[in-house]
Amino acid sequence: MNDDVNLLYTDVETALRESVSDLLTARCSPEKVIAVFDGDREIQPKLWRSLALDLGLAGLLVPEERGGAGASAREAAVVLEELGRFAAPVPFLTSSVIASAALLHAGDDRLLATVASGERTAAVVVPFSTAPNDLRPTVRADGQGALNGRVTSVAGALEADVLLVPVAAQDGVELHAVEAGAASVTPVVSMDMTRQLADVDLDAAPGTRVVEAGGDTAVRGALELGAALIASEQLGVAQWCLDTTVSYLRERTQFGRSVGGFQAIKHRLADLYVTTESARAAARYAAATAADEDSDRHVAALMAKSYCSEAAVRAAEECVQLHGGIGMTWEHPAHLYLKRAKADQIALGNPQAARRQLGELVDLPMPPAGSTA
Amino acid sequence: MTTEETVRADLKERVDALLTTHDPATTDQLVFLRAQFDAGLAWVHFPEGLGGLGLPRAHQTYVNELLAAAGAPDNDPRRIGIGLGMAAPTILAFGTDEQKRRFLRPLWTGEEVWCQLFSEPGAGSDLAAVGTRAVRDGDTWVVNGQKVWTSSAHKARWAILLARTDPDVPKHAGMSYFICDMTDPGVEVRPLRQITGEAEFNEVFLSDARIPDAHRLGEEGEGWKVANATLMNERVAIGGNAAQREVSMIGFVANAWRTRPELRRPEAHDQLTSLWVEAEVARLSGKRLRQKLAAGEPGPEGSGMKLTFARLTQQITGFELQLLGEEGLRYADWTMTRPDIVDFTGRDAGYRYLRAKGNSIEGGTSEILRNIIAERVLKLPAEPRADKDIAWKDIPR
Ligand SMILES: Cc1cc2nc3c(=O)[nH]c(=O)nc-3n(C[C@H](O)[C@H](O)[C@H](O)COP(=O)(O)OP(=O)(O)OC[C@H]3O[C@@H](n4cnc5c(N)ncnc54)[C@H](O)[C@@H]3O)c2cc1C
Repeated sequence: MNDDVNLLYTDVETALRESVSDLLTARCSPEKVIAVFDGDREIQPKLWRSLALDLGLAGLLVPEERGGAGASAREAAVVLEELGRFAAPVPFLTSSVIASAALLHAGDDRLLATVASGERTAAVVVPFSTAPNDLRPTVRADGQGALNGRVTSVAGALEADVLLVPVAAQDGVELHAVEAGAASVTPVVSMDMTRQLADVDLDAAPGTRVVEAGGDTAVRGALELGAALIASEQLGVAQWCLDTTVSYLRERTQFGRSVGGFQAIKHRLADLYVTTESARAAARYAAATAADEDSDRHVAALMAKSYCSEAAVRAAEECVQLHGGIGMTWEHPAHLYLKRAKADQIALGNPQAARRQLGELVDLPMPPAGSTA
Repeated sequence: MTTEETVRADLKERVDALLTTHDPATTDQLVFLRAQFDAGLAWVHFPEGLGGLGLPRAHQTYVNELLAAAGAPDNDPRRIGIGLGMAAPTILAFGTDEQKRRFLRPLWTGEEVWCQLFSEPGAGSDLAAVGTRAVRDGDTWVVNGQKVWTSSAHKARWAILLARTDPDVPKHAGMSYFICDMTDPGVEVRPLRQITGEAEFNEVFLSDARIPDAHRLGEEGEGWKVANATLMNERVAIGGNAAQREVSMIGFVANAWRTRPELRRPEAHDQLTSLWVEAEVARLSGKRLRQKLAAGEPGPEGSGMKLTFARLTQQITGFELQLLGEEGLRYADWTMTRPDIVDFTGRDAGYRYLRAKGNSIEGGTSEILRNIIAERVLKLPAEPRADKDIAWKDIPR
């Protein structure tokens, strides 16, 4: 455990946050994001191109000598906070964090460089709900290396040019790269349309093996980084919900006074503030320990996934409730955040699964089923 | 070398010098602590000559590590929490040079224990309502009134005291802040037994107690401002302390789970790990807050730490008793005692459960802390005030 870890934001991180925030303010208004739910997906590729190319976010986590920006998980976390704050419909988490981490580990520099440059977008083909320690590939390769199988509810697959497919092989898990055009990628109606899922069907699809046996380490590591950093996205969601609710209730008048002045409301918002600040500490710790490859990073990731998942859902639920009727409308963006929060809670291992695994790591094991005191 | 490294090297040199002249193995604890204070290694963020070196607060951790490694005694913050956590920063911020020189050293070494004479039967959450009167008589103040729930008053040499010096102005304007000598014949301390069976706090009766004007902290009539500084520090002191993982209530529960497999039940596991996560996140939040405050003073954010601390200690200790099952039905000892230290974690699980109930009351109730966060951090409208602009003496009570 590293007790010197800096849980604050560095100047570099603050500058990065500002540039992401400026771009999103200009290009990713709530109306535009709501339009995505109505089927207008126009904003997505353009927005991602600006983030990926103009701000260089596509290769943020990739070392400079391998074609990226050479930043660390700390900076990626700050980007995710902003993407969460805007419920931005872009594949940063799936391509620049999770897929890039898998490729980094796999050592496929050619593919990595195209992803890092923003030229191409990649996605790891697993159900988005997969916990890092619960990888169970359903795709198999035949004698010629063609892939067969179906993977449901994959995040980032719709936008992806390259699909990274974990394949069950005799001596473990391999990782194959498949051109998106060679697979059948069917969008599904998703709880969170700002991160739309797709079912991926592979029917004798040609793939190139990027990792032989041992691909599970690459994919697990990538999913774990995803779980550590989605906490920052959840923090961003919670922050938006808190800020928006506080400012709405300061303005909103009922019974001749500002609703935000009623103590029952003030106390709920104070608790939400405390929860959000706690989520910030958890998310920062997960990002910092991931950046340093600290030995505590596994504990930190599970802790952050558990805490921030619940914090974001609570913040979004309070946001809807405390906006009253307006909170239930399609026009008000609150629902974007509720949907993102709930989907993020389930993504990459739900909080209960995270805690079960955490118990193993910190020597608080789950007793065998059926045991009684 | 970076400035950071230079500072560390310098601190290392100072610690080594202290250890050379005062071998912890052979030096009396008090002698050692006095020397540590004089070397500026007591609280490095205090000014030189007052136990510090004027450095950022965070460097103290490094000094403490070096000293602990050498087996040096520590000044047992539990014994003198009110002194260290509340009186000291207040004296530093508002005291005269003479007061600082007189009080800080024996406070830090633990030679002199402090208590806090704030609350009264009629003024708890509404602390600005205090009615204990201080009336000027030449160079001294004559104090009359009753204080209550005063932790450690039976051990204390000195007290920080909030008293009314002008009843004819609105409540916040008419108070002053004093350092009260607990050995004054006008001060009577009576034990007040509490929920745990012991008497950690007391009633304190002040009958013509005399306080020299030189022991006033801050200007006459500005007691509220001074008291607020104390309260901010108090909340950080109560809320933000756990240094290491599992060095808090959760440690007891985790330990029971590890060492006593017969207590483990599958349905308790998620609650256990949830509480573990919350305790660890609370610790990290405290650390983050301390990093943020490293240069500045405690702000209203400290109230959030205390809120979390109170809620968690209560949830965890309640869970612990349930986990213990039959054992949780028993209690170690109801004998009335007057403990030397205020110990949140001590004794058995039953004690912890009962003592934790005070965590959401002492130092500002959780309700009051939520008001503070809502109003000062989130800028929501203030509570309606029935006693605004009314002279204290005319407030209906
Ligand atoms: C273990 C312990 C140790 C203590 N040690 C000390 C000490 O050393 N020195 C000292 O001076 N004091 C001490 N106290 C006293 C403590 O500071 C007070 O008890 C506390 O401030 C609450 O005041 P009260 O007890 O008068 O409760 P009240 O103010 O009467 O409150 C009763 C209830 O009403 C709620 N309430 C009050 N006002 C509001 C409001 N505006 N909005 C919403 N809810 C409200 C409170 O939260 C509480 O639940 C100690 C208390 C305890 C329990």
